[in-house]
Amino acid sequence: MSKQLCTLKVNGDICTVAADSHHTLLEILREELGLTGTKHGCELGECGACTVLVNGMPMLACLTLPQQIEDAEITTVEGLAVGAELNPIQTAFAEQGAAQCGYCTPGMMLSAKALLEANPSPTRDEIAHAISGNLCRCTGYTSIYEAIEQAASMMQPARAEAGSRE
Amino acid sequence: MSDFSVIGHRLPKVNTWDHLTGRAKYADDIFLPRMLYGRLLRSPHAHARIVSIDASRALAHPGVIDIVLGPDMPELMGIMPSTQDETALAVDKVRYVGEPVAAVAAVDEDTAFDALSLIDVEYEVLAPILTIQDALREDLPKLHAHSKDANVFKDVHLEFGDMAAGFAAAAHVRDDWFFYDGNTHAPIETHASVASWDGDGKLTLWSATQVPHYLHRELEKVLGVPRSHIRVIATPNGGGFGGKSDPFGHEFAACLLSKRTRRPVKITLDREEVFYAHRGRHPVLMRMRTGVKTTGEITAVHAQTWLDGGAYASYGIATTYYTGALMTVTYQIPAYKFDGVRLYTNKPPCGPKRGHGTTQPRYAFEIQLDKIAADLGLDPLAYRQSILQPAGSRTVNGLRVTSMGLGQALDAAAASSSFGTKHGKLPRGRGVGIAGSAYMSGAGLPIYWNDLPHSGAHVKIDRGGGVTVSCGTAELGQGSDMVLAMVTAEALGVRPEDVHVVSGDTTLTPVDLGSYSSRVTFMAGNATKAAAFKLRALLEDVAAEKLGISADRLVFAHRRVYDREQPDHCMTFVEAAVAAEAKHGTLVSVGSYKPPADIRGKFKGAGVGPSPAYSYQACVAEVTVDLETGEVKIDKLTLAHDCGRALNPVSVEGQIEGGAYMGAGEALMEEQGFRAWMHKKPSLLDYKIPTSLDTPPIQAIVIETIDAEGPYGAKEAGEGPLNPVVPAIANAVYDAIGVRIDETPITPEKILRALGKLPGRPATNRIGPDGLETAQPDPKPFIRKLQATSAGAAGGDSD
Repeated sequence: MSKQLCTLKVNGDICTVAADSHHTLLEILREELGLTGTKHGCELGECGACTVLVNGMPMLACLTLPQQIEDAEITTVEGLAVGAELNPIQTAFAEQGAAQCGYCTPGMMLSAKALLEANPSPTRDEIAHAISGNLCRCTGYTSIYEAIEQAASMMQPARAEAGSRE
Repeated sequence: MSDFSVIGHRLPKVNTWDHLTGRAKYADDIFLPRMLYGRLLRSPHAHARIVSIDASRALAHPGVIDIVLGPDMPELMGIMPSTQDETALAVDKVRYVGEPVAAVAAVDEDTAFDALSLIDVEYEVLAPILTIQDALREDLPKLHAHSKDANVFKDVHLEFGDMAAGFAAAAHVRDDWFFYDGNTHAPIETHASVASWDGDGKLTLWSATQVPHYLHRELEKVLGVPRSHIRVIATPNGGGFGGKSDPFGHEFAACLLSKRTRRPVKITLDREEVFYAHRGRHPVLMRMRTGVKTTGEITAVHAQTWLDGGAYASYGIATTYYTGALMTVTYQIPAYKFDGVRLYTNKPPCGPKRGHGTTQPRYAFEIQLDKIAADLGLDPLAYRQSILQPAGSRTVNGLRVTSMGLGQALDAAAASSSFGTKHGKLPRGRGVGIAGSAYMSGAGLPIYWNDLPHSGAHVKIDRGGGVTVSCGTAELGQGSDMVLAMVTAEALGVRPEDVHVVSGDTTLTPVDLGSYSSRVTFMAGNATKAAAFKLRALLEDVAAEKLGISADRLVFAHRRVYDREQPDHCMTFVEAAVAAEAKHGTLVSVGSYKPPADIRGKFKGAGVGPSPAYSYQACVAEVTVDLETGEVKIDKLTLAHDCGRALNPVSVEGQIEGGAYMGAGEALMEEQGFRAWMHKKPSLLDYKIPTSLDTPPIQAIVIETIDAEGPYGAKEAGEGPLNPVVPAIANAVYDAIGVRIDETPITPEKILRALGKLPGRPATNRIGPDGLETAQPDPKPFIRKLQATSAGAAGGDSD
């Protein structure tokens, strides 16, 4: 099998790897770049555990070939925090107990990030639709909804304050 | 205001930050230098004799380093020592599609995968046994030569109290059949293991396992390597639910391949393989005969269960007993008879899934109670309240009930859901149902019967105030590491984040039997608390002296030791620790826990069912049935759970919500279907588990009964909450459309069939099994013993 050079922009870093041409973004991230925070539960596009953001949009890394997205900005769970500063989604997931086994969590948080960027104050129904491609077997989704709602209000404190005064 | 500074507070789990930042190292996240990748070749046949295996073509394939076959590990293994019937890789026979027969190690996963097709296996195909009925026939082939009667794995028969008098005293007898279909755990993480045979001749295995201790034992047996030279590390499990509590072929194969190649070997199962590894919920056919007085008071219960066990034992002997044992701890049953039989079939082995063996009979019994209430014109809530097993009592089968919150749970769930104003009063197509249940806080007896502790912990305090707790528990996401941290922190007056938790490592941690049967909070919690209080006593000694007050005035909280009556009269935890170490020496202590001996009866089979404490649950389901499509939509699940005390309410609510979700999936969509002997849906696309859009709103209610023996009063929360959900939904469907669905799952097809909306099928008020066909000329005695008791013998009526 011939390896091909491939350059990706992951969490702001430019990374060049030599990889088998049939290897997916999931395999590149985990096996070539050591970004094992991106999980896999099926490698068939069924479970959503490998969700990453490509130019801000959730994509399944197990169904994506790196050649398709060479110029794109890729965000994985390792890129959610900025330095020591956690993303509010991470803080909210911790406080609401939204990560039990934690295996769906990276993909779930990235779907949540994409949602909150497009829709800063989603309804519970909108949240349910946004994460419907991310299977969670532990939580029954309740604490995940609560965490995403908490993150939404953390991200717009002024608005939340205004809302609570009404 | 709580007297506790840690217990009962809503705190983030100490290990959650690694999960949230992508740092947590699950087994498949481990990459070691020179690591090889393994894959398993699996049987395409449900039942076949292996005539020959020739791996020479595969071994010649570039990049293939080694291949192991069944005869390389011929030792029988299995989780239960008395019923070991499995080998790591199939030796002479394969008994289900997907059974592993060979393992390849290669330089990368692609190469290992390619090599599988180069292994030549010649099979002599045998007729498969696929149903409970066929497994009871003497004239069909046996899966295992050791089965004495047909394909019976085990049959058990227990009787307590005066059954004849009980049924004679009954004014009304119900005789109902039920079928609970099999389903699977489907953790999002697939099983994975990394084995490394190191330079010193010792083996380390990192594995996604719930039971590092038992795996440790089996590795010794199968590999012939002393346990002193094996280290098993349970990596964080990406969900378990019982599915990772057996020793598995890939774990042994990775170890042997590493031993032979002297290189680390990783084997990660793919999703399809997880469906074959299975060990999921047993399909169970059930017959419940219950006698009641006109008031509904139960006079006798005869429960019969037939379990479709699949190809191997797994926990099957325990599962079989569990389909009978816990029936008695919820409602008063003065006379009780139980017959259970587990059968071998050529399907992936069934095992323990959340609620282990109790979920199926609970489904049957709570539906039957609903029927009894309807027959007698009783309110289903008030009826249940009138027959509760009291706290501080013994059941007819010798189980000791301590704290008992089923009554409060029923009331709370009913009140929060307005059950009373809705039941029987909603328009056609909408309904509410209620059900109660129980589960245990760990098994009273260990799998290996011995006098050793069920759980051990040690606690160490370092000179900077850091605390380390070590215990053999496996973290599955249920929050067991946080339980250890909170119990330790409360005892010593530090914060959970000051506690470093070492868990699930057979070299570093004292034995805990593992994360199964909801035993960790109760047993490891008690062991940890005992260890921590030994160190606390040393700190009390020096603090009392230093502060010049008696030890009983000392409070340990917020990293300080202070005078209860004058809180600013204090010393820091670090000062107390340093002073204690100066006076008493290095600060390390041990604690262990073993359940009391008097919690079980004295009869064969009394080992399954006893627990130091039972948790109790009640669920109200509200549903809307679409009369045109047959779809059941759950509008809301209200689930109250008596956990003794919620050590961390966030974790307890999470377990309640997760149980509600998983129960909803089992009730409406999950089934382990087969097309002849082929698994019909070995993928997450075909095997439906609820997505966020399928999951109803869930209200979790925590009931606290403060169990006298639980750590800070706590009992289990991990499994029980699933149990009442499934019958509550079935009872709600009855309330909505007047149809009893006496088998799971409650699919649109079954609803439409009941409503007479399928062509050529008349409407019916019940869907479910009618009996067990064991029509065999001159059945042998064992068949007669296992056959259904004739309904007439009870002299009661039935529908």
